[in-house]
This record gives sequence, C-alpha cells and structure tokens, in this order.
Amino acid sequence: MSRLTLTGISKRYADFAAVDNIDLELQSGEFVSLLGPSGCGKTTTLRMIAGFVDPTSGTIEVDGELLSSPKGSIPPDRRQMSMIFQSYAVWPNMTVEQNVAFGLELRKLGKSEIKRRVGEMLEIVHMSHLADRYPSELSGGQQQRVSLARAIVIRPSILLLDEPLSNLDAALREEMRFEIRRLHDEFHITTVYVTHDQAEAMVTSDRIAVMNHGRIEQIDDPRTLYDRPKTRFVAGFIGRTNFIEGDNDGHRISFDGFALPCAAFDGILSSQRKTVFSVRPHSMWLSETQPTTPGICPPVEVLVLERAFLGEHWDYVVKPRAGATTLRVATSPVNDIAVGASAWLQLEPHQMALIG
Amino acid sequence: MLVWLILIGLLVFLVLNPILRLIVSSLQQADTGRFTLENYRAAYGNIRHLQALLNSLELGVGVALLASCFAVPLAWAISRTDMPGKPFIRLMVFAAFVTPPYLGAIGWILLAGPNSGWLNKAWLALTGADHGIFNIYSMAGLILVVAVTSFPYTFVFTSSALDLVSSEMEDAANILGSRTLRTTLRVTLPLVTPAIIGGIIISFLEAIALFGAPALIALPARFNVVSTQLWQFFEYPVRIEEAAAYSIPLLAITVLMFWLQRRILGRRGYASVSGKGGERRMIALGPWRWVMFGYALLVCALSVFLPMIVLLQAAFAKAWGRGFSLDNLTLHNFYYLLVEQTQAKQTILNTFVYAGVTAVAAVSLSLAIAYVVSRKLVPWSNVLGFLCIAPFVIPGIVLAIGFYAAYASPPLALYGTATILILGFTTRFLPIAYTSSAAGLRSINPEMEEAVRILGGSRFLAIRRVLIPLLKKSLAGAWILVFIPATRELSSAIFLVGPNTRVISVMLFDLSEEGNFEVLAALGVILLIATIVIAAIGSKLIGRDFMLRRNT
Ligand SMILES: Nc1ncnc2c1ncn2[C@@H]1O[C@H](COP(=O)(O)OP(=O)(O)OP(=O)(O)O)[C@@H](O)[C@H]1O
Ligand SMILES: [Mg+2]
Repeated sequence: MSRLTLTGISKRYADFAAVDNIDLELQSGEFVSLLGPSGCGKTTTLRMIAGFVDPTSGTIEVDGELLSSPKGSIPPDRRQMSMIFQSYAVWPNMTVEQNVAFGLELRKLGKSEIKRRVGEMLEIVHMSHLADRYPSELSGGQQQRVSLARAIVIRPSILLLDEPLSNLDAALREEMRFEIRRLHDEFHITTVYVTHDQAEAMVTSDRIAVMNHGRIEQIDDPRTLYDRPKTRFVAGFIGRTNFIEGDNDGHRISFDGFALPCAAFDGILSSQRKTVFSVRPHSMWLSETQPTTPGICPPVEVLVLERAFLGEHWDYVVKPRAGATTLRVATSPVNDIAVGASAWLQLEPHQMALIG
Repeated sequence: MLVWLILIGLLVFLVLNPILRLIVSSLQQADTGRFTLENYRAAYGNIRHLQALLNSLELGVGVALLASCFAVPLAWAISRTDMPGKPFIRLMVFAAFVTPPYLGAIGWILLAGPNSGWLNKAWLALTGADHGIFNIYSMAGLILVVAVTSFPYTFVFTSSALDLVSSEMEDAANILGSRTLRTTLRVTLPLVTPAIIGGIIISFLEAIALFGAPALIALPARFNVVSTQLWQFFEYPVRIEEAAAYSIPLLAITVLMFWLQRRILGRRGYASVSGKGGERRMIALGPWRWVMFGYALLVCALSVFLPMIVLLQAAFAKAWGRGFSLDNLTLHNFYYLLVEQTQAKQTILNTFVYAGVTAVAAVSLSLAIAYVVSRKLVPWSNVLGFLCIAPFVIPGIVLAIGFYAAYASPPLALYGTATILILGFTTRFLPIAYTSSAAGLRSINPEMEEAVRILGGSRFLAIRRVLIPLLKKSLAGAWILVFIPATRELSSAIFLVGPNTRVISVMLFDLSEEGNFEVLAALGVILLIATIVIAAIGSKLIGRDFMLRRNT
C-alpha cells in the first residue's frame, strides 16, 4: 500500500502529446480509474507508471521515492508493482499454479511458503480446483482470474490494470467488475484502473479521472462526477445529458423559451452573462397536468415531440411552447403522455450543473 | 467414384507401392522371392554397418544442437530486440536456406581442407606452423557443414513463433520483478519451445537423411553414415534387398520423431497469444545489441560469406589454389559448361526440364486431391489427403530405394529413364505441393463456386472460370516451391539417374570425385543464379518471404 504521485507528467511522440501535463495523486489504498475515449492517453499514462515508458517531462513518485523522471527511471522489474493486461498475458506454457507462483519465486520465498500463498490466493479468486490446468484449458473469465491472482499474490505496492475486462462478454464483464472491487476491499492495494467503460469505472473506483486529449479534465468520486460535471466533455462522457444555454442578467437566467430565477441557484452562478448548464434527463419532471404545488422554479409548458418506451422508463423529446431547443426527459414508465400533447416540465436547479 | 479410383490409383502408384515394395523386398530372397530375414542379418551383422548407424545418430544430434545454437539467438535477436542490420541478417539466413548442402560442403572443403584450404593457408602464413589446424574431413567438420546449411529450419520455426508472442507476456514477467535475461529464459523461450523442438527435429531428420555433404566429407574421412552406406549397397553387384533392410531404421526413426513431436507438444496451448493487446515492442539491448550483431555476422560468415567467397573465387579461377590474382581470372569454366561440353549442357537442360515437369505434375495432382478433399466429393477423401502428406516422413534416399525396388526392373523397367526420376521427384515433393494448394483452396469460399452453379454452370465450368483464376497466385507459388528444391535434389536422384538422365546435382557430385573444383564451382554458381532468379520472380508473384515456409 503506497501513495502514488504524478507531477506534471507528459509524453510526446514527435510533436504529438499523447499525455499532456497530468497531475494525479493517489492516497494509500485508493482505487482510481482513468476513464476516457480511445486514444486519449490512458494506456500511455499507465505504462509510464509501470516504467515501460519514460515520461518526456514530469515525475512519478511512490511514497516520496522518485521512480520516473526525464533524466532516468527505475526499470519496471524493480518497482514492486503489478499489472494486469488487456490480453491477460497468462503464460500458456505454465499451469495456473506456476503462473501465480512466478512472482513469489522471483522474491526467493521458500517452497512451502509459496505453496501456501498461491493456495490461499487461488482460493480467493475461486480457482483452486483448476490449479493444475494450462491456460488454454480455461475460459476467458478464468484466465482473467489467474491474471488477477498472479498480480495480487505478490502484494504489490501499486496495482495497474489496463482494460482488463474488454475481452470478456457482457455478463462476465459485469460479474468481474464486482470481483475486482471485492479484491480491492480485501487487500486495499493502491490501484490505477484504465477503462473506457463508465459503468466499470463507477462500480470499481473511489475516484475517477476523466481524460481527454492527453489531459485530465476532472477527477472526482463517481457521484460528484455525475452530478457536478465541470466541463462539457465530462458531462457528455458520463451518462446522457442536455446542454442548455442561458443569459444571466443578475435576477433571472433566460433560456430559449423559459426563464429561471437566479435566487434558486444558491450562489453557484458567477458574474458572467453567458451560462451553460448540463441537465440529466432523469433530473427533470414531466407531468400531463400543471403541478399544483409550486416548486422553486415555475413549471415550463412544453410540447411532446417524440417518445420511446424503454421498459424501465419513458424517453421523451420535448420543446418549450415558447422556444425551439429540444430537451430529453426520462420519466417513470407509468407517465404516459401522447406525442403532440402539451405537458409541464419542472426543472430542479440543484440538479443542474454549471459547466461554463 | 471414377475420380476417386483414378486419384487413389495414382497415389498408390506414387506413394504406397514404393514403400510397400521397400518393406517387402527387405524380407525377400533376392532371386527366389521367398520370405527371409537373411537381408537383415547381412545388413546389421556387420560391425561397420552398425558403426555407420551410430555415426548417423551422432551427426543428427550434433547438427541439431549446433544448428539451434546458431538459430535460436538469431531468431530471438531479430524478432524481439533492436539489434541493428536485421534485414541484412534475414537475407543472409535466406541465402543459407537456398544454398544446397552439398555446395556448402564444397565451399568448406575449399576453406578447411587439410593444408590446402584457405583457412589453413591463412593459419600457416600467420603462425609459420608446418601443418594446418582445420580438418574438414572429420565428424566435427561434417557436423559444422550440415549445421550451417540446416540452421535456417530452426530459425524459421523459432522466429515465426516468436513473432506471435505478444510483448504483454514479457511485460507481465517484467513488472513482477524479472529482468530481460530471466524473462527471455523463463517466459519468451519456453513459449516457443514447441517451435524450437520442431526445428531441432527437422534439422536432425535433415541431417540423417542427407546424402551429398556426408558423401563429400565422410567418405574421404573414411567413415560412413547410413546414407553413404546405402550408396555402397548400390555399387556392383547391387544389393537392393540389403539396402532395403538397411534403410528401414531411417524410415522408422523419421516416423517416430514426427510422432514424438506431436506428443511432446500435446497439452499446452502455445499459439493462443494474439488478439487485442497483442502488439510487439522491441527490447532495447543497449550495448549488447552490437554483441548480438557480431554473433549474427559470425553465423552468416560461417554459413554464407566464407563458402560463397571461395566458391565464387574457384568458379572464376584457372586453378583455385593460385589465389585471388588477376592472371588467375577466367570465364573458361562457364564457357566449358555452357558451350564446349555437350554433356554438361544436356545435364543443365535435364535439370530444369525435370524440375519443371515435376512441379506441374505435383501441383496438378495435389490440386485435384485438395479439391476433392475440401469439397468432400467422395467418401474416405481424407485418406487421399493423408497419402499426399505421407512422403513428408520418408527420407529421400529411402524413397529412391523404394522406387528402385518397385519400378527399376521389369515389367516397367524404368531404370535410367527420365520417367522414374520425374515420378520419384513428384512423390518426394507432393507434400509441399499439397500443403500449399490446400491452403490456397481453403482461402476460397465455396460460395464462389456455388454462385456459378446456381446460375446454371457445371462444376467443371466453375472450376475453370472461377476457381483456377482465383488460385493462380497460390498455384504459381506452389509450382515454385516444388521447382526450386527439385532442381537441387540429390539424395533421391543419385539412385535413380542413368547415363542419359544426369542432373546438375549428380554432375556436381561426380566432378567433386574428380577433384575438378573450378568447373564444379561454376556449375554451382549457375544453379544458384537460376534459383535466385526464380525465387525473385516468385516473391514478386506471391508476396515476400514465401521461400521461408517449411519445405522439407
Ligand atoms: N509509440 C507511439 N508512437 C506514436 N504515438 C503513440 C505511441 N503510443 C501511443 N501513441 C499515441 O498516443 C495516443 C494515446 O495512446 P494510448 O495508447 O495511451 O491511448 P488509450 O487511451 O489507451 O486508447 P485505447 O482506449 O484505444 O486503448 C494515441 O493517439 C496513440 O496514437
Ligand atoms: Mg489503451
């Protein structure tokens, strides 16, 4: 268990910045995901932490000890870390047991000690009964468990995972997410987890760093990230959302076709005139009749343009009677309003995130 | 059904019958044809014959080990590290691959013949000693010569397997605390063990089946190996039954080794190393890359530079021993071969005609069979495929004795005809032709043909208008893959040629017995140039590196 600090880390290939000035600090035992679209520099960052790639600038430290800097780096084999690869990289020439024992052998533990720890570890990942199998005789999920066991059994200071679930089918992926979190709760190893699947990041992580074009756009716990995205990119990348632009005159914010009082926003507003909010489809309410109990904000009369029934909820596309901006709203499955009908939309300022 | 009968008939004639006749005649009395074990007693009751058997094993093991010492580090350096000069080294390995072993042997005779060889002369000049230190006429010399020409097998096997290993396999060991050397020894090389074993087995089998190099080196050194001993059974009076009996172990060992190869590799799934995240990065060796490069150059020097330089020198020399001076330079050796000597011209012509006809025959037959097998047109079609592959495990020399036993004497009385040579070659190279035609066919979706059929075309039309045009490239490739080894084939030719059907390889062999190294070298150069030209045309036609597919 160690504290990991990345300071001003960049990696350039020719004049292209794959990773661009990243600062990141993981507390001891923390689980942080790097989440972002393909090519945003997640793998490069992870491989710099592992020591396979040297940064062009910046430093990487573990517990205050300098591991990487442009001047030179400690090689991967001396970092006491573990890594789980996209392809699992389980060695097909060794049995499950031999795979897991490899790292312990390198640490020159006694034979009986190795046997004991490998046995315990296989127990934990539910693979004891397959200890003598070769990897080619295992399913994808089982191979993944072997690679988890192999990485964790040495009690690494840092555990690195690069899209470990992307080669599995959907059901297994869901199961393994919880498995990874369970193992983390058991061992509390400081972990960096790379993925481009937001659900995966939200299930597993203490905090998520959303990356774009080689930079970290925002780093927060999953709840904050979802409720209070700080940039348009983050809001759009995590879950579905509506972007609405408004004009702030100090008393009211005028949107296209409706307006909300500034007082309702509890001082999150800045002094700038132009404002952009992200509003989640689930954080608005739609009703067929005009609500009798007035909320903080007056309801907006809207026209229903499209709708789709998705089982767990209705998906509506509406637009204010007095405007042209379309909004997506999700409502409970019993809330059945016909296309072309009028309805009232209730916005909740607490659930609107200011992103610019 | 008719097709099946014709095809199975051909295969029985080409593959099954010669081998059966070999086994049967080993158990027959020469003149009466009665059952006897006398041949085996004669073949193995002689201490010298047993010694030859042991010598063959020693040669095989020595070659296999030495060849892996050459091949494995080279393959690793080329596919996994940042060693400089990789394309060049690859090219040299390729050159070693296309050099017939007997030419390599002759090069080495010129290099390390006692006293007169170049290396010995250099040694004498340097130290003033009164006799040389190298003697190619020894078991060690023979092992070296065969190893430098057969290491490309192990190289090709190992490097194509290494090319499939993803770097993540190495990274995974690395991050657990393992350094480059340990990772290579514990993870990378074990991952390709099957390929290395495959290469070792192939070079072992190649070494024990080889005739040319041992005949050139072992005979002057006064020891025998199985192949040269077999050759001696054919000296007058021809003792074909004894030869048959004596060749059985060679056949048995070969079959056994192939079976063993399959067994050893049984359970562990090695090839499962691709897919997403399967990229490869080169290991940075630092200063060690120059050490690796030096080693690679040494291997290339032993296998290509040195023998080729002395062969070229001899080919253009009046007398090779007189060295590299200008007044020793001449084109007369080529003039003699290509113009003056009619027999030589005839031999060169024979070689390319036979090889061409062989390639056509082998490719047509194997294509027909591959088609029938892949479309399951007849019951038991797999048997046909199996028979096509079977000659793979028959050493050339054994196959030739089988052909001799089956067809040399009446009723067919083919001895000394071009027909028996072509038939023998066709059988010998049938597996190569079959593997590449079958691979070509597999790449074509049967729906291509079905589209013709549904529009009302016959199967024959579909084959002619769609299949053959689509297969043109792979058929051309298969043709070349048969043609090239057929031009150099010695071990089966030596038993089947007659006075009018001599081929280049046999003529080279005869020239070396006369000690006429200048003309011999010139003939070798002609053969190599022809090979290189055809290989170059071939790689243009069907994409790079095709020669590096296995073709034993
Ligand atoms: N060795 C290299 N040379 C040049 N460019 C590189 C190299 N490695 C990565 N890149 C570039 O750096 C960028 C970031 O790559 P990286 O592999 O970190 O992306 P990623 O976020 O892991 O993407 P994915 O989700 O697809 O795995 C990409 O645009 C890639 O093309
Ligand atoms: Mg990646």
